Amino acid sequence: MAASGTLTGRQRLAWTVLTVVVLGYALFPVAAILATSFKTPGDLGNNTFLPTVWTWQNYEMIFFGNAQELFLTALRNSIGITLIATFVAVVLATLCAYAIARLDFPGKKVILASALAVSIFPVISVVTPLFNVWRVIGLYDTWLGLIIPYLSLTLPISIWTLAAFFRQIPWELEQAAQVDGATQWQAFRRAIVPLAMPGVFTTAIIAFFIAWNDFVYGISLTSTEAARPVPAALAFFTGASQFEEPTGAISAAAIVVTIPVVVLVLLFQRQIVSGLTQGAVKG
Amino acid sequence: MASITLKNIVKKYDDGFPAVNDVSIDIEDGEFVILVGPSGCGKSTLLRMIVGLEDITSGDLLIDGERVNEKAPRDRNLAMVFQNYALYPHLTVYENIAFPMRLTKGKFSDQEVDDRVRQAAHMLELTDHLERKPANLSGGQRQRVAMGRAIVRHANAFLFDEPLSNLDAKLRGQMRAEISQLQRSLNTTSVYVTHDQTEAMTLGDRVAVLKKGVLQQIASPRELYEQPANLFVAGFIGAPSMNFLPGTVEGDVLQTPLGEIQLPEGTADAGRGKEIVLAGIRPDFFEDAATLTETQLAKGTTFEATLTHTEWLGNEQYVYVSYENDPRVAEVLQTLAEEMDADELRTQLVVSVDATSRLRGGDAATLWVDSRRIHLFDPATGENLTRDAEAGAELTRMAREDRQRDAERAAAQRES
Repeated sequence: MAASGTLTGRQRLAWTVLTVVVLGYALFPVAAILATSFKTPGDLGNNTFLPTVWTWQNYEMIFFGNAQELFLTALRNSIGITLIATFVAVVLATLCAYAIARLDFPGKKVILASALAVSIFPVISVVTPLFNVWRVIGLYDTWLGLIIPYLSLTLPISIWTLAAFFRQIPWELEQAAQVDGATQWQAFRRAIVPLAMPGVFTTAIIAFFIAWNDFVYGISLTSTEAARPVPAALAFFTGASQFEEPTGAISAAAIVVTIPVVVLVLLFQRQIVSGLTQGAVKG
Repeated sequence: MASITLKNIVKKYDDGFPAVNDVSIDIEDGEFVILVGPSGCGKSTLLRMIVGLEDITSGDLLIDGERVNEKAPRDRNLAMVFQNYALYPHLTVYENIAFPMRLTKGKFSDQEVDDRVRQAAHMLELTDHLERKPANLSGGQRQRVAMGRAIVRHANAFLFDEPLSNLDAKLRGQMRAEISQLQRSLNTTSVYVTHDQTEAMTLGDRVAVLKKGVLQQIASPRELYEQPANLFVAGFIGAPSMNFLPGTVEGDVLQTPLGEIQLPEGTADAGRGKEIVLAGIRPDFFEDAATLTETQLAKGTTFEATLTHTEWLGNEQYVYVSYENDPRVAEVLQTLAEEMDADELRTQLVVSVDATSRLRGGDAATLWVDSRRIHLFDPATGENLTRDAEAGAELTRMAREDRQRDAERAAAQRES
């Protein structure tokens, strides 16, 4: 606050311009997709930003029309796989982070280091071997076949953020509660869980995004509607005829899958930022 | 209300290091006992063993005569105030204070809980803050909430683990007075851990001085000050701390680097025959001879010294005298300084003189010392050669009477 109060008029102007430029740069593609999703097929190639005629026809197509089956099953796959992966990642990461924050055991550093190593490993280099293995053991094109690789993406960051978060919980509270007359379970339940919940929740949101946004695994490890998530399914949209690009429908589907992410971020931006910075600074 | 008895308590860690070694203390019902010592002396460990957060390696812990070694903290009915208060951040002040009662389902009606919380809040001047969260409170208020949580329990005893060390100096003094008054008015047995000898002296009915897990002396503050058992207790209690002047007793005279000091017969007898002794002289045993009357001068002896510098503080004045230390005791004093968490050994005499004295650094002054109060210590064992155990016990007996008088007064006040 003090800093913004000391800005001169010129500095303020410069910052405003810079902010607008960055925002425009970042948001223009989203706006373009949004506009495109409201265009009629005839409008797609007319080189204008806004549709000449606003239409819901693309949304009708993915929800009720001939793309319905493709999109809705993909949406169901996405939601199901992502939620399961998130849930499993958070449960495992909570146990792991609890141990890292509370206990002293040999190999603690190794666990943290390998978690970090896994998270920076390029996905694209893993995906081909994984494809072969999955085909052999029958995990190819199944929900489980995606949940497991998603765990490799979500677990490391979950462990790091949660471990950082748990380290900040004053464990003396557990002892205080015990002295106050609580059993071990009561102490955990009434003193520690309420403090740990925000951290677990933040981690869950972050893990959800990561799994939700994945494309490489989604397209490589699936072949049918049995497990294909939305980002991958978009590539399989077809137009009304083979000469017609399905751009409008893809745009509409892209907007639909973006909405839950944007809503989540807007609702929980404060927690997400603090969760990320904790992981960054304290981890 | 309860008595607490520690019998030969030992705490050994896995590596065999004894953090607490064979400590025996009898704490009477209603007594305020302080555990004091430099960091790492085992005082906090001892407290945590009493409350049940640390296992006892050997020895017996009795509360009201009943052995509780194996009991879980919740079954000991003790209340503890932690160093960082350990308030529950997600609960309001009201719920923080009510927390212990909420844990016992069905034992307290909502009305009872409310009555007790409000009564405690009233006592601690927290009534206006009951709906706030701990994060929005000042340090002193948090401290009071932690005490409120202890009070509502009607616990057998209060345990304090350095409760004031997170407060600034001014607030510390104020909270010290509040804790003292609270304990007096409730007359609840209390054990209080601190590294601050001022807190120990002002709060305690009795003070237990610990060093490296071993109990050095447990006595009333006055006894610790007047009749310390050994070099460590003498050095640790009192601020500025006691001067230790090396010397040899020849006849009735103590030969020191500062010159000769005439000793009373009893003191001289105790030190005679030792190759070297350490004379423990508190700064306030000295005085500027120029500010004293003849009768006062006659009670002690005088000696000449050149002052290095002076500090005038308004109500008192310190003058400093440098001297050449005897190499035979340098090591003993260095170890002592380390044990007391002090930086290094001073070879400087601290002398407290009357604030009206006009002594300045560089002056050659005549200083008077009350030789009756000098103690002689054996540098080899640290033992106090001149300790008058009977006089010391008398001081502690007096403190006990004082406490009982306080308790009666508090009881009368509660009834009226």
